[in-house]
Amino acid sequence: MPPLLEVKDLHTEFRTGAGMVRAVDGVSYTVEPGETVAIVGESGSGKSVGALSLLRLIPDPPGRITQGQVLFDGRDLMTLSPEEMRQVRGGDIGMVFQEPMTSLNPVLTIGRQITETIEQHRGGDVAAAQRRAVELLGLVGIADAERRLKQYPHQLSGGMRQRIMIAIALACGPKLIIADEPTTALDVTIQAQILELMQQLTRRLGVALIIITHNLGVVARYANRVNVMYAGRIVESGSAAALYHTPRHPYTIALLRSVPRLDRPRQARLDPIEGQPPDLTRLDGGCAFRPRCRFAVARCAEAKPALLPAGAAGQFAACYRSNELGALAGEAA
Amino acid sequence: MTAITSEAAPLLQVRGLKMHFPVTEGMVARRHIGDVKAVDGVDFTIRRGETLGLVGESGCGKTTMGRCILRLEKPTAGEILYDGVDIARLDRRALVALRRRIQVIFQDPYSSLNPRQKVGSIIAEPMRVHGVEPDPNRRAARVHELLSLCGLNPNFADRYPHEMSGGQRQRVGIARALALNPEFIVCDEAVSALDVSIQAQIINLLEDLRDKFNLTYLFIAHDLSVVRHLCQRVAVMYLGRVVELAQCDELFDNPLHPYTRALLAAVPVPDPTVEATRVFQPVMGEVPSPINPPPGCVFHPRCTLAVAECRRTRPELRELRPRHWVACSEVQ
Repeated sequence: MPPLLEVKDLHTEFRTGAGMVRAVDGVSYTVEPGETVAIVGESGSGKSVGALSLLRLIPDPPGRITQGQVLFDGRDLMTLSPEEMRQVRGGDIGMVFQEPMTSLNPVLTIGRQITETIEQHRGGDVAAAQRRAVELLGLVGIADAERRLKQYPHQLSGGMRQRIMIAIALACGPKLIIADEPTTALDVTIQAQILELMQQLTRRLGVALIIITHNLGVVARYANRVNVMYAGRIVESGSAAALYHTPRHPYTIALLRSVPRLDRPRQARLDPIEGQPPDLTRLDGGCAFRPRCRFAVARCAEAKPALLPAGAAGQFAACYRSNELGALAGEAA
Repeated sequence: MTAITSEAAPLLQVRGLKMHFPVTEGMVARRHIGDVKAVDGVDFTIRRGETLGLVGESGCGKTTMGRCILRLEKPTAGEILYDGVDIARLDRRALVALRRRIQVIFQDPYSSLNPRQKVGSIIAEPMRVHGVEPDPNRRAARVHELLSLCGLNPNFADRYPHEMSGGQRQRVGIARALALNPEFIVCDEAVSALDVSIQAQIINLLEDLRDKFNLTYLFIAHDLSVVRHLCQRVAVMYLGRVVELAQCDELFDNPLHPYTRALLAAVPVPDPTVEATRVFQPVMGEVPSPINPPPGCVFHPRCTLAVAECRRTRPELRELRPRHWVACSEVQ
């Protein structure tokens, strides 16, 4: 069976005052039906721009998708007409964004925002859309649906709003949901509720999920596979277990080491990644992580390493030294 | 470490602190219709050289607590004894003198630095305000010293905040807080807005500075793993009240209050194998409104242990184990 989504060599650029920024610089990955794939990275790594590029939601100008294919369910999304693309967004692909207050319309009732999506994509009569909206609220765990549908976003809490966003994303029976930092703005107990809900629903309904996050714990709990991004490129990908236990890229290793952990004894001192995040306007032809990498050698300055098999089956790393890293990282620790 | 801190004199004592914000209705004749009880009867102490973590979710009152200690708010009731002097009742003049000893590091390194001021001027500002180092050359030298102390190149003094990354800006915020040689610093979500790789750098910096200058921190944060790393004692707040207070290791190894347990269980651990074996049931419901908090124990609507009594009586903090205080009548 072919993958549900196949992204091939995607490039997105932004023209800024400081120069051209390659926010997404040749990204390729696949998502299988029903699978949960996490995209992890820090601010500016291109994780959100990459996801918005899939849906062609990059404002042009200043942004532009310059290259690449996005094969979704047999069609290349990059070649669709704007009208066809509108049918895909919110139809076959649902979206959940970070800030539920700004992504919901403050002057429309919750009910209207859900039924609008259904009417746009599925047509049909108002009563049917209304019935579906009630059903969806039940699905996302909101009691007293009839009353809630008449309310406005400001009358709901953050967690409740994010449940509404999930209901809208699920409204038209999508095959894929893209969730961009869905719980970053929420408190930890509410974050847990929302993530559990998303996991249960995507499993039950067989929906694939791309979850974009910077939280390594969330990835460990919910993702089947992980793509780690740095400076617009995927530097490592593989199963969650492989990446956490035998990371093969120095950035992944350093990222995992730099977080204090509740499941281990307290460390005397944290082991941070030294240096500053990369300035995307000043990247050269070499590996972007090189200035902060403790394993960098002369070769790293020459060309950007390609994403090649490393470590466990299905694991890939973009590092010239990935095969030595197991031993090297052991020494460094 | 623990033995030393427990014998040191308390630097800060908070007793029965309440901070209520009035809620009004009407445009002209404002009618008082209720209060947001942001902080509703909080007691704790911080000893000299100690770091106390204050954790809880949005709206639990942890930031308001910090603002009261800085006297950015005037508390409704209660005492804040700093070195024996009640901050809550100081007049303006005494307050200015006190602010030389108490400083703050804010969460957002973008909005807490004036974008029109150069970094050197931002760091020198507390010295100008308080008339410390009136000589411009010596002040500039002190700015350079503070920058290198915080891991920045001294020539950053001539830059503007927008030329720096988030981590570098937070270092500027820390340098400004240190300018007057304070003894006590309120760190309000000081590392929360930073990326993972930068967060560890700033945590290490805060630790180094604490050891070097024997600083006392009130570390306000919602990230439990950071709090566990940095603090000696931890207070957990919920809806304006402290529900649990203990030594850091004791609190994390042996949490007693149902809310603390729920909070710890909700934090995912960065290890798929650990996560796969963890039984996990997220706590139900959401934090109630602080305008109209539930009667009795404020956590009872979400609590799995709640009995009828919890709806009537507000539990006080009890010392269930040595120096481990819990505000719950059901746990033993």
